Amino acid sequence: MWGTRGSVAAPGPETMRYGGNTSCVEVRGEDGTLLVLDAGTGIRRLGDSLGPELRRVDLLLTHLHMDHILGLGFFDPLFRPDLEVHIWGPSSITLDLRDHLNRYLSPPLFPVRLRDLPCKLHLHDVVASGPFSIGNFEINSALVCHPGPTVGYRIEGEGASVAYLPDHEPALGRAALPDDDDWVSGLALARGVDLLIHDAQYTDFEYPRHVGWGHSAISHTLEFARRAGIATLVPFHHDPAHSDAALDRIFVEARTQGILGYGLSPAVEGESSKLGRSARA
Amino acid sequence: MAQREVEMILLRQLASELATPVVIVDDAGDLVYFNEAAEAVVGRRFEDAGEIRRDEWTARFQPTLADGAPIKSEDQLLAETIDGRRPIHGSFWMRGLDGVRRLVEGTSIPLVGQNGRHLGAFALIWEIDRE
Repeated sequence: MWGTRGSVAAPGPETMRYGGNTSCVEVRGEDGTLLVLDAGTGIRRLGDSLGPELRRVDLLLTHLHMDHILGLGFFDPLFRPDLEVHIWGPSSITLDLRDHLNRYLSPPLFPVRLRDLPCKLHLHDVVASGPFSIGNFEINSALVCHPGPTVGYRIEGEGASVAYLPDHEPALGRAALPDDDDWVSGLALARGVDLLIHDAQYTDFEYPRHVGWGHSAISHTLEFARRAGIATLVPFHHDPAHSDAALDRIFVEARTQGILGYGLSPAVEGESSKLGRSARA
Repeated sequence: MAQREVEMILLRQLASELATPVVIVDDAGDLVYFNEAAEAVVGRRFEDAGEIRRDEWTARFQPTLADGAPIKSEDQLLAETIDGRRPIHGSFWMRGLDGVRRLVEGTSIPLVGQNGRHLGAFALIWEIDRE
């Protein structure tokens, strides 16, 4: 976990433990395959950690809100001519992924244009592509409930599965999730995964003032995880106003809401998990 | 049954909050949802009626023209929108699931998702008269 924060980076003494960088998660395969989930501010340190032996990076963007792409221009692999960089993400109705990224990676917002990046850059529209493979991983994406074109990802391979839905409001317009699983946004993506990394930005008290902003209340996230039948939930996209102490309280309270039926492991910047074959080795 | 596309989910959630009667069909033309306002036109609660397959519409609703002539299944409002992928406006008589015959006016609109995916259609319907 290189960035666990939502909306805007929140560095400071009160967020030291859960972290202040915005969304970025590294997924590594046994064969060295590197998937990077989102390009929030956390991606800068990830980029700096990569060695010269690396030949390819696949960056999977869920959407193009600033907190998910702000680190892109500071991702070192983009400036390495020897590296193949694949960026996957959703297009919109009128603009493809390249045009969208150009809006950020061009003056006046950024001094270097996308077309001038030295790496070997390949862009892929995940809505049009359908399922795809990278190394040992099979990847599915689906549009999910969040303002603007936004996808979630399901990654399977090497005996493990991960679903990543960092920005997701499946209860939009309702007091709770729809009763019928088929009508719950993103549920099929998350069904039965070992690790579900899911939006949990608001407390239940805060959520009513943010309906339609595209994020979940903690109780919605807990219910989504239960309905999906997952093994471990990683609450993610922490609200920038939530201090470490506040997050501790939120997750202590979450654990007291009856028997969850799955593990609860809140996202902490700098932490990692082993899954599948590598965990059993 | 498959997971619904997010555009369908959002449309259903919007419809569930509206006082305008809304009916939603999937890309096969099967009726997958109608909102509370439409229950007064359909003649039954959605929770009781459930989803209705396209090939059951005619038997269930018996749509006719004003002169009583049956409307062929392919000429019905939502069927024309699904098959022709274009909006349609029209009026017709139908027998609700409560047995009441109603004159209904409606506008159906194709539901086209990201990347031009044809996901289904929805219709706004009004009861104009009843027998």
